[in-house]
Amino acid sequence: MIRLFSGDGPRSTILALILIVIGLALAFAPFLFPGVRALETAARICIFVVLAASYDLLLGYTGIVSFAHTMFFGLGAYGVALASTHMGRGFTALGVGTLAGLAAAVALALVIGLFSLRVRAIFFAMITLAVASAVTVLASQLSAVTGGEDGLVYQIPRALGPAMRLDREIAGVTITGKILNYYVVFAISLVLFLLMLRIVNSPFGRVLQAIRENDFRAEAIGYRVVRYRVTATCLSAGFAALAGSLWAIWLRYVGPGTTLSFEIMLDILLMVVIGGMGTIWGAALGATLMVLAQSYLQNLMALAAGATEALPILSRLLDPDRWLLWLGVLFILSVYFFPTGIVGRLRARAAR
Amino acid sequence: MSVQSEGAPAHRPTFAALSARDKLAKSAPFLLLPVLALVGLALIGTWPTWLTLTVSGLAMGMMIFVMASGLTLVFGLMDVINFGHGAFISVGAFVGISVLAGLGDWTGAASLALNIGAVLAAVIAAMAVTGALGWGFERVLVRPVYGAHLRQILVTVGGLIVIEQMIHVVWGPDEIFLTRPEMLKGVTLFAGAAVETYRLLAVVVGLVLFVAMRMVLRRTKIGLIVRAGVQNGEMVEALGYRLRLVFVGTFVAGSALAGLGGVMWGLYQEVITAGMGEEMMILVFVVVIIGGLGSVEGAFIGALLVGLLQNYVAFLAPKLALVSNIGLMTAILMWRPEGMLPVVRAK
Repeated sequence: MIRLFSGDGPRSTILALILIVIGLALAFAPFLFPGVRALETAARICIFVVLAASYDLLLGYTGIVSFAHTMFFGLGAYGVALASTHMGRGFTALGVGTLAGLAAAVALALVIGLFSLRVRAIFFAMITLAVASAVTVLASQLSAVTGGEDGLVYQIPRALGPAMRLDREIAGVTITGKILNYYVVFAISLVLFLLMLRIVNSPFGRVLQAIRENDFRAEAIGYRVVRYRVTATCLSAGFAALAGSLWAIWLRYVGPGTTLSFEIMLDILLMVVIGGMGTIWGAALGATLMVLAQSYLQNLMALAAGATEALPILSRLLDPDRWLLWLGVLFILSVYFFPTGIVGRLRARAAR
Repeated sequence: MSVQSEGAPAHRPTFAALSARDKLAKSAPFLLLPVLALVGLALIGTWPTWLTLTVSGLAMGMMIFVMASGLTLVFGLMDVINFGHGAFISVGAFVGISVLAGLGDWTGAASLALNIGAVLAAVIAAMAVTGALGWGFERVLVRPVYGAHLRQILVTVGGLIVIEQMIHVVWGPDEIFLTRPEMLKGVTLFAGAAVETYRLLAVVVGLVLFVAMRMVLRRTKIGLIVRAGVQNGEMVEALGYRLRLVFVGTFVAGSALAGLGGVMWGLYQEVITAGMGEEMMILVFVVVIIGGLGSVEGAFIGALLVGLLQNYVAFLAPKLALVSNIGLMTAILMWRPEGMLPVVRAK
């Protein structure tokens, strides 16, 4: 088991328990939580775990802030969407789209990385922000190709659609294509997750951490810091693109709002920071918590806003549209007071 | 130790004359502007169109410069990169436009004095609010994370979101449309071309600000300390100046300038949204990067380049306008990876 985790277990009993619960819940989601909404949430968690973990590769392990992660995510998603639109429904289209999106993301990451990381790591944050916003604008303006603001709706292989039904019930649940689709998403996410865990615990991952702690010293020891940083950027972009492809396969719809928007970028940042920067487990925990909060807490806010309607400012503050306000506050507080996130806290407690 | 009283030593130091090539390399960034303008003229062809585009490009550039100047100085002084700078642009615009709306009698009157008075009142209110906000921002958010770029970026992004959302809470979720004061509407005939009056005003304001800022930086003691602080902060502190205080002052001034830029940009676009600051931040970052982090002159040239290029390209090939800035940034970084006029640091 520990070998599967590349020697980097949860290292805290409470954390291990939480993660086991999350893992089991995701593995048996279609049977434990029947209903369309629960399945949507579970798939979203799987995909965002991969996305957040791939971002953590950059933010937590290499110490670089990027604002272009949704761009890579979007490239993967648009790859599948475009391929499925032009090549017709089929598994070939999915494969070609995924590979094309992956290649585009890695190539773009390489170019951005070479341009900005060569001189000053701090350029990277600004340049990624600029490039990502340009890409978002392009995606919504070039409506002939990308469908503009409306996005693209396309068909995926029948076997993965909700219309396909097997004549068999397992634990009282009819197996549909949607459930098969969920298990495709789940299995690929799990493999990608373990692969990332493998990468960060390899010698390569150790060098990344050394660079994060002290880049000058890493350079002095003889590691080519720029090369490692650029490689990490490309890897992270590649994983993000794969997550994007999964997202496109699951949703059967791709648009700027669901893949490229700055809000998703913030979600990813928050997932990684809350879960714990510099631990892949933290990304998994953070993503799960955030997606759950988003799916269910916003309803609570609507209730709270309704209850406080008489108070003018308070009801506006609690409006579900002001969700981002509270995320921002939470974000600042967690950067200050929990720089190591939930996982860091739990591990520190277990080590005591 | 003997005291030399015979006057100056015998040797005469001579400065090696710069070769023409070195001279050109030194002034190349300054030459880019006229070159770009001439290329634009050649491609556009007609004088009035070119002039109209140039003036609007310059106006846009000046406004971006007003917003960017504070950011670049703050970075130069304390190595602080403030991703929340854009929030001050939005807040400035909303405060300023609210004041203008309150002074409806002044803006509606066909009197230049009253119109300018109303705009001035709006600008002063906006700058006061954003300056105060900047002070609080520095104290609460930035101060605990000095020297840690990663956390700085994260915390200031958080600040940007919170302030932007608070604008939604205070002013409501919708964009606000506005009309410019009576005398600033319409066009002026200028050297044979019709130019929007407001754009001319923006160019003038921007130029005055740049000259004033240069004077302060070059001719006053505080400017000397700021410039010295950018080059070698530790030395300035060792000489007994409280650089922290200078830094807070610069931060507040930069935030106030961002607020001013917000009002100007709001009047230029005639619509304001809470997200406008975030959108402008993209241009501001491009400008600051191509100018060279920490360099005010670089930011000035960079802002004008961005403004001109965007207007020319929007006319010549509208589809390309979206990526023209990224193209410019790529080109400049290939030419000078540190930006056009990088600040030479004594380290």
